[in-house]
Amino acid sequence: MTSIPDAKAPADEVVLEAIGLTKHFPVRRRLRDLFSNRHDAVHAVDDVNLTLRRGQVVALVGESGSGKSTVARLLAQLYPRTGGDIRLHGASTRVKAGAAFRRYCARVQMIFQDPFASLNPVHTIRYHLTRSLKVHGNAGSTDAELEQALHTLLERVALTPPERYLDKFPHELSGGQRQRVAIARALGAEPEALLADEPVSMLDVSIRLGILNLLRDLKERLNLAILYITHDIASARYFADQTMVMYAGRMVEGGDSETVTQSPAHPYTRLLIESAPDPDRLTGVSDAASPKDNGEPPSLIRPPSGCRFHPRCPSAMPRCSTDLPVPLQIGDSPGHWAACWLYDTEEVAK
Amino acid sequence: MSEPVIEIRNLNVDYGLGDQAVHAIRDVSLTLHRGEVLGLAGESGSGKSTLAYGMTRLLPPPGVITGGEVIYHPEKGDPYDVLSLTDRQLQAFRWAETAIVFQGAMNSLNPVHKISTQLTDVLRAHDPKMSENSRNARAREMLKLVGIAPDRMDAYPHQLSGGMRQRVMIGMALILQPQVVIMDEPTTALDVVMQRQILGQLVELRERLGFSVIFITHDLSLLVEFSNRIAIMYGGRIVEEAPAAAIYRDALHPYSSGLLGSFPALRGPRRELTGIPGSPPDLKGMPSGCSFHPRCPKAFEPCSSKVPVLTPHGDRSVACWLVES
Repeated sequence: MTSIPDAKAPADEVVLEAIGLTKHFPVRRRLRDLFSNRHDAVHAVDDVNLTLRRGQVVALVGESGSGKSTVARLLAQLYPRTGGDIRLHGASTRVKAGAAFRRYCARVQMIFQDPFASLNPVHTIRYHLTRSLKVHGNAGSTDAELEQALHTLLERVALTPPERYLDKFPHELSGGQRQRVAIARALGAEPEALLADEPVSMLDVSIRLGILNLLRDLKERLNLAILYITHDIASARYFADQTMVMYAGRMVEGGDSETVTQSPAHPYTRLLIESAPDPDRLTGVSDAASPKDNGEPPSLIRPPSGCRFHPRCPSAMPRCSTDLPVPLQIGDSPGHWAACWLYDTEEVAK
Repeated sequence: MSEPVIEIRNLNVDYGLGDQAVHAIRDVSLTLHRGEVLGLAGESGSGKSTLAYGMTRLLPPPGVITGGEVIYHPEKGDPYDVLSLTDRQLQAFRWAETAIVFQGAMNSLNPVHKISTQLTDVLRAHDPKMSENSRNARAREMLKLVGIAPDRMDAYPHQLSGGMRQRVMIGMALILQPQVVIMDEPTTALDVVMQRQILGQLVELRERLGFSVIFITHDLSLLVEFSNRIAIMYGGRIVEEAPAAAIYRDALHPYSSGLLGSFPALRGPRRELTGIPGSPPDLKGMPSGCSFHPRCPKAFEPCSSKVPVLTPHGDRSVACWLVES
């Protein structure tokens, strides 16, 4: 049924790991809070576990405000974390700035959403790429070596012939070309992991797949570990080996992309998949199949107790509002889990 | 097919004047029928928003309408050309006959006014004799219609969520019961769950109130599901126009099929997709002939020299030499 070659064996080397990753952003305290000893915080990310392996793409899917970009920024160490651990090749790392941060950067690079904002408009493509190569010590020792490295980078992202692009300014390139330059800049550090935060959502639809196919090609040739953050679950199915779904700062489901999208277990994942546009459901909008959910994502300052999805969940049980669900294995597909009490064996037995 | 509400005939829109002018809309003809949802799809820069603003005469300078006509058929009375209305007539025409929900509608509400003020403002402008009580009652009714509790009347925009603000915008557009509602990317800023709720509601409202919709978006898979007919724009021209199901099943223009092939499917077999090579054309340096030919996998000899014309084929029309031959 699939013409895409299967992903490599799961025994691939683990590059980056997040264990119980938590980030709370403090909320500015008002005067009366000073007396009440209240410390409000936005619970942006709570207890997130994630493993990036070489040669694999992990997709993180969620709606806006679910904390998926915060996870990427935590992994890139752009924010200090509140709790949990980030492990690079098994070693716990916490870097803030300076040489340690640069060493970390050389191995974990980030690609941002907006290629119109992530390139400096007053500098040429040559400058952007040279900076990346020099900062991370991949520029070689002579001008000829540097020139060679620049050409290799542009060829890797299929901007050929390189001479045509090297001395252009960002505004002379289209959105897709700019995003390719941003990817080339990330590759200049010769990273092991790429964190791609919605890399295609700002691009025209007809060129999105070109970028995704390029990333997949790079993953295979350079054996990269890629974290792909998106709100489009269909593209996660297309591009990623594994898919994780986030809701209100917590992971609710994870597993093999095909399993998660074809037999979703968590009620939120189901809602997400039912809501996605489906051309096969022709003009049958008001049919009974469309979800009748009128809820909205909760406030993250005072998130709902228990399961954060319970106020919107069609199959909520009394237990859901009190106990925090733990990841539970679904069926017999290995690696497919959902944080939902529906799949608790005691609950099923009842 | 039912009678037309708006007929656009050979509309041309330029940005700028003289030699510097950029032709954003070139020779577009399009008909919106009563009670239908017409989807307008295309990438950024294809002219879909310009078409919407051009036909309602909302184009900000340097946009200039250089030719064509937009014939509006009111429910009662004779059809007239929107492009030749005087300012006073135009004021009466706008909102009462054709309303627009703008792109990024979430930010189109005035943050310093309550939503009740903004809703009743429209009524006050169009019907100064209406009493304040009946204005408020109408606004309340409208909010109920779009699924917002009427006690949120006195809320400020920042107190509402993105989805609710979008509903308020839709309610506001419908408050004078227009015949035509133009929605310019109404749901791009919302997540999929909210998008489906709002579109579902829109379809319900349309069945109840019987207005026609021009729905502009770049998300073709959404259009296939929600609209009756789809027109696909590329480089300022309509390249294909057909019933939604026909486009989805069997797109005739290579650009339409390329666009359809750019959306990974959520169901069915996993396929290798390629998107469309190259990037959308720059309006300043349009390719000769068919503007799609440099990216077209099926381009052949006449494509680079002669501009294909939109010609009808049964209930659909296509502008492509491939279909001609």
